[in-house]
Order: sequence, then C-alpha cells, then structure tokens
Amino acid sequence: MTSSRRDFLQYAALGVLPMLWQGGAPQDTTKKPGGGVTPDRLGEPMLGGRLVDSTDKWDNDAGIIAIEQRLRCRCGCMLDVYTCRTTDFTCTYSPTMHREVIALVVAKKTPEQVIQAFIASDGEKVLMAPRASGFNIAGYIVPGVAVTVIGLVLAAYLSRRRTVAIAVGAGAVPGAPAPVSGPDQEQLDRLKRALDEVES
Amino acid sequence: MTLLGSFALWAAFLLGCWSAGLSFFGNWRENPATALAVRRGVYAVCAALLVATLSLWKGIFSHDFNIEYVWAYTSRNLPEYYLISAFWAGQKGSMLFWAVVLSIFAALAQALTSQRHKDLLPYVAGVTNLVVIFFVGVMLFAHHSNPFERMAVTPPDGNGLNPQLQNPGMVMHPPMLYLGYISITIPFAFGIAAMLAGKLDAGWIIAMRKWALASWIFLSVGITLGMWWAYVELGWGGVWAWDPVENASLHPWLVLTAFLHSVMIQEKRGMLKRWNMGLVVGAFLLSIFGTFITRSGVISSVHSFTQSDIGYYFLAFLLVSAILSFTLLYTRWPSLEAEVQLESLVSRESAFLFNNLALVGIAFSVLWGTLFPIVSEAVRGTKISVGPPFFNRVNVPLGLLLLFLTGVGPLIAWRKASMANLQRQFILPTAGFVLTAAVLLVAGLRSFYALMSLALAGFVMVTIVQEFQRGVRARMSMYQENIFLALVHLVERNRRRYGGYIVHVGIVIYFVAFTGLAFKTEKSVDLTPGETATIHSPFGYDYTLTARGVSQYVMLNRKVTAATLAVTRNGKRIGDIKSEKRQHMDSFGNDTFEPSTEVGIISDLREDLYVVYAGSIDGTERAHFTFHVNPMVSWFWIGGAILTLGGILAMWPGGPQVRTRRRRSAAQAGYSVPLAGVAE
Repeated sequence: MTSSRRDFLQYAALGVLPMLWQGGAPQDTTKKPGGGVTPDRLGEPMLGGRLVDSTDKWDNDAGIIAIEQRLRCRCGCMLDVYTCRTTDFTCTYSPTMHREVIALVVAKKTPEQVIQAFIASDGEKVLMAPRASGFNIAGYIVPGVAVTVIGLVLAAYLSRRRTVAIAVGAGAVPGAPAPVSGPDQEQLDRLKRALDEVES
Repeated sequence: MTLLGSFALWAAFLLGCWSAGLSFFGNWRENPATALAVRRGVYAVCAALLVATLSLWKGIFSHDFNIEYVWAYTSRNLPEYYLISAFWAGQKGSMLFWAVVLSIFAALAQALTSQRHKDLLPYVAGVTNLVVIFFVGVMLFAHHSNPFERMAVTPPDGNGLNPQLQNPGMVMHPPMLYLGYISITIPFAFGIAAMLAGKLDAGWIIAMRKWALASWIFLSVGITLGMWWAYVELGWGGVWAWDPVENASLHPWLVLTAFLHSVMIQEKRGMLKRWNMGLVVGAFLLSIFGTFITRSGVISSVHSFTQSDIGYYFLAFLLVSAILSFTLLYTRWPSLEAEVQLESLVSRESAFLFNNLALVGIAFSVLWGTLFPIVSEAVRGTKISVGPPFFNRVNVPLGLLLLFLTGVGPLIAWRKASMANLQRQFILPTAGFVLTAAVLLVAGLRSFYALMSLALAGFVMVTIVQEFQRGVRARMSMYQENIFLALVHLVERNRRRYGGYIVHVGIVIYFVAFTGLAFKTEKSVDLTPGETATIHSPFGYDYTLTARGVSQYVMLNRKVTAATLAVTRNGKRIGDIKSEKRQHMDSFGNDTFEPSTEVGIISDLREDLYVVYAGSIDGTERAHFTFHVNPMVSWFWIGGAILTLGGILAMWPGGPQVRTRRRRSAAQAGYSVPLAGVAE
C-alpha cells in the first residue's frame, strides 16, 4: 500500500474540506483504501461488514428489550435477540426478529402474546430458558431440591449421632462413678496429633 | 518434518503401551530395575511427544502449507505470536498439545515425587501413560485427526487464524485451561495408584496435594482469562454466558475446590477418605467430559470445534474410565473407612462438609443445566434451550449459600464449637453483614439477591480480616514483632491457611463484580461526526460521547475501519475511545473470514465505558454505536489476580512441615512431653 504525492495531496484536501464544511468539527483524515471519497462517505463502505439500519425509538425501548432478552436468536449464536443484534453485526436473523417483535408490539400484543407467537412459529427452543411448567419444572428444582434434601439428611444424621452419643453417656447408673478405662488408641492418636499441632 | 512427527507419535504410542503394560503387569515390586524401566518409559514418551511438537511448530513457523493443519490455521501474514497459539487453535493441534503437556507432567511427577511414595509411582506411570496413549491413539487412528496429515497440493497461502482468536487473551487462555484439565490427571493417577497398591493412608494425599492445587490454579487463571477474552473480544459487554463449553471448565474447578477443602479434613482428622477419592475421580472424569463436550458437537456451543467422530472416542474413554475407577473404588471401600467420626454438627469439619455439598451441588446444577436440553428432548421429544436466565435462577441461591459457608468455615472450631466460641467468632462478621446491608438499603439498593450478595461479601471479608488480625495480634504479643513482620511471619508459617484466606478474598471480589455487572446500562445511537450522545452510569455519572469520525486503513494482516469518539465524564474530558471493524486478509490481499469487531474500553475501578462500533449507515461516516456502562468489571481481573496469588502462596514450597521437623529435633534437647501408651 504505497501512496503517491498526488494521492497524498488529494487525501489532505479531502481531510481539510469536511472540517471547513462542518465548522471545524474534528475529522479523521486517513481514509486510504478506495481513494477519491466524498467528504462524508467512506472509501470502502462494505469494509466493516454489511451496512446497518438507522436507530429508531424501538431500539432502546425497555419493553422491547425485555421481550428480546427472553428470545434466542435463530442464527445459532446461543445469544438472545437483543444481545445478538447489538453484538454480532454480521447476523441477519436478529434484526429480522427485532422487526418481528416490534410489529407484534405495535399490533398491541402483550409481551406474553409476543412470546407465544414466537413459540408457535419456532417451537420452545426459541426461549432463552424453558418455561417452569410440566417436565421443565424438574430442570429448575432438581439441583436445589437435591442440595436441600442431602443437606437436611446430613444435618439430621449428624444431630442424631450426637444425640445417641449423649444418650449412651446418660445410660450410666445415676450416682455411680464413671467407668474408668484407659484411653483407646484413637484417643491417643488424637492427643498426639493435637500436641504436634501445638508444637508446630 | 511430517515424517518425523508421525514417527514420533508412533514411538510415543508404542513406548506408552510398553511402559503401561510394565506398570500394571511387571514385577517391579521385586525387581527395582523394572520400576526404573517404567519410569524411563514415561520419560521416553515425553521425549517422543516433544519431538512431535517441535515438528509441528517447525511446520507452522516455516509456513509448510502442505500440512493440512498449518494451512487451516495459519497464513503467511499472521503475526508470529499467533503462530505460537495456532498450535492449539484447532482440534488436531490441541490434541497433540494435550498429549505432550500430560507427558511432561507425568515425567515431572516421576522426577519430583519423593521416594517415600515409590510404591505408588509405577502405578502413577501406568495411569498417566494410559491417558497419553488414548490421546495419541486418537490422533493416529481417528479419521482426519493426525496433525501431520498432508494435502495433495501445496496452496500458496494458508486459511489464516480466526480473527476472534487473534487476541492476546487467546494466546494464554486455552493453554492455561488445558494445563488445568491436563494436570488433573496427576492427582487422579495418584488416587488410582493408592487404590491399586492398597496404600490408602494419607501418603497419596501428600504426594498429589500440590498437583491438585496447581490444577486448580491453572483452571482459575484459564477461566479468568477466558472471561477477559470474552469481554474484550466478543463485544457483548459480559464475561460469562453459561455456554456449555464455559460450563465444562467450571465443573472440574468446582469439584477440585471441594476436594481442596475436604482433603484438609482427611489430613487433620482421617475422615472423608471415600469422599475425597470420589472427588478426585470425579474431577478427572469431568475434565474428560469437558473435552467430550467441546469436541463432540453433542451440545451446540459457540466454542466447539467442528463436529467429528472424535466425540465417540471420548465418550467411550469417559465411560471406560468411569466404570474402572468406580469399580476400583467399590472394591477398596472398606479400606477407606474414616479413622474417627464427626463429633458435632457445629464444627469446622461439619462446615467443610456443607461447603463441599454446596460446591458439588453447584457443579451438579451446572452439569444438569448443560445436559437438560438432551434430557428434555429424550423425555418430551421437544427441543428446548437453556441459557443464562435458567442458570442464573438456579445457581444464584446456591452461590449465595456457598458465599455464606465461605465465611462460616473459618469461624467454627475443629471437632466441636462451644457457644462461647461461636459468640466470640461471629459477632464482628455478623455486624459486617448487617452494616453492609443497612448502608446499601439506605443507598437505595432494593434487589434482594444483590443485597444478599454484597452483604454476605461484607460478612466474609470481616471474617478474613478478623482471622488475620487475631493471628497478627497473637504474634505481636508472643514474639514482640511489629505489625508488618508479624503479618509476614504469620502468612509464611502457615501458607496453606492464609493463602486459602487470600483465595477467599478473590472469590468475594468475584461475587461483588458479578453483582455489580447486573446493573449495567446500555444504549444504541447513531452519530455523525461532531454529534454527541450521553449515557448515564449506575454510579450516577453522565458520559458524553462525541463522534470524531471514521477512518479506514490497512494494518498488518487486516483492513481496519475505525470509529473514534471523544469522551467526557460529568463534563470533564477523560480521553478518546476507538472501536474497529476488521476485515482480515491473506498475504495476497484477499478477504478471509467475516469482518470482526474490536470494542473500545475506558476502564477504571468503578466502571467501564464500553463502546461497540456496529457499522456505517448508508456507507457514510454516520455510524451506529452501542454504548455500555459496565460497573465493577475491573474487579473481575483484580479478583482473579488475588485468587491466583493466594493459590500460589498456598502451594509455595517450604512451609510448616519443614519447620515442624526442625523444631521438633531442637525441642528434644530442651524438653520432652511424656505420652504414656503412645508408640513413637
């Protein structure tokens, strides 16, 4: 990519013109590829991918965004429609889905009806998360229930063992001296470990 | 080079088979020369795979496009540092990377493990060799999997590297994650060796403890770098999308985290032996499962390698490994009985047990969510998608439980905590919880989960500070040290414990960062040069962005369209921000791949201003932008660094064991503690 002096002067002139035209607004003057550009036009308009549509009032509408965040883009990117259309600008599916959502909202459909319309056309896989109904409830509750049940069983088991241990201790004849017995190996090992810990 | 590489692969395969056979069927117990031969077999496999690796790198760096892999993932104009990462960019190269790194780890395990554990080492060699053989075998026998496969003709230039992989994060993220996955094989090998050798005392734990910690550190760094890459490269302004491949990296990390906690109970109290063995086996199987997910295409993911029959090999390997490992565990079940029983529900052992339950519960929950589309389709015959809303709903409560237990664990005494102990330990952390919650409520925070997350973060931080403060105060009064020296000595004397607390600080910071990111704001606008737009941040600032124009130029291996904006925050100029569209090209100037987007970021400790140039409107300088203000994002990277630092500190060589031995020998001269009935 080399530039001749003529190119250089051309670029310089084209760089100065828009500044004069727009009252000195800061402009970049390094439009190289393509050459011969008009002040406001890119040298290679398609270099950055497909041209995009102008933003309209729906693009930042909280209601539209909330609906789109519940819908998965058809392009297979794993993103929701809103994230895809504001992230992957090569995707042609998410702008289409965005327009479909707007059309339904303009037709006075509630968010739930919009979602239903997409499920009717695309199936349940269009949802970013399955509805918590029918078998899908298992998806939502199995981990929590599993952790809770195991936690409760564990707590009950540990408490019961402690209760049994206390009951065994209480089973001795009241007033009778506690049976004298030497420490068992486990207790001695524990004592030794405790002393080691103190030393360390 | 391809001939040498292929020969090296075959050599590794045959040497591995021979060495593994000798490990499991040789008479190395009677004949030390056989044990030595097994060890040398491991070194030889490593050497052969290093030759194969160098052969592939030679092909990559010399642009030998006759090698299909080199053609598919590189081009003449690819910057050199990306030539390095091209080695693991594709399926075949990453398989070789896996095999060679595992062989290096296996050799290090043989060389660095103390001879005290020599009865385990031949079995360790056998297990690691079997895993290496599997990977090399897949390269040699699976269809279209040999990295040295040649093409019928030599193209003048290569296909190039996917633009999204041309990022510094991608040079480091995959190898770090691979190192994490791969190094899990070593603790697993020690576990299997201990069961095979019938040596189920704490020896195998001591031998592999640092390997487990190293795996955990590699995975932590890999996951954090992956988050960073996703943030700066993908342009959606988030760090974690609950993609199946992302989830696959989380499974072994969670299980290893559980193991690193529960193993302390086995070391101190001789408990949870079966559970620990199960966790080590589980972590290994989950690392293979992650590889299966990535390579099989069974679950759709943006990260997957192309679909191929290689997934079936991994599925078979996963099933065989699971059956053999759990059968072995079953046969050794009686020998793995706990030495002592848990004494109280209110004890540190018990807290660790519940902490393990939360960690494994989250791992199960993530696995369940990842597989639920398959389960649902099998049961109902209907395809569904499971995305971030599902994972957030299921995992946020479990995450908060885990955060709570992170704080509780260190506060409760070993064996059995008294009421007085609990009161003394909990009063300040509880105050920290209440104070944080009160401040946030007054500040207007009303989201229950955010409030709980931040208040629990306060609880855990006070716990950690309290632990450090008590230790430092004790040292200051016992040894008359100043505060700085006391802190240094405190950490130095018990690196595992205080390294662990530093890791907890990193985890707390992660929680805070994730909570902060939930409050991000976004806006789409069109701007002609000179026009301005304003976006309000969650911290109350107003960012005003003025378009400065769009420029186009050629740079390295790409044509760039760059949009620049001047930025002010509350009227004060803070700099320019630039976002780009890049069209990559080969060395002949032909376009390769779809155009990619590079985001612009201005970052500070509070929030990031994140700008994405979406494209040109009508081919003019009027441009479409998406602005994000992402709170607390820097804290992900800070949290990741602190977490890594804590992990490294915990595994740093030296520490208490050495000193304990030294002090004991010194103590014998001065005093003795009579222990009647205790055999020395």
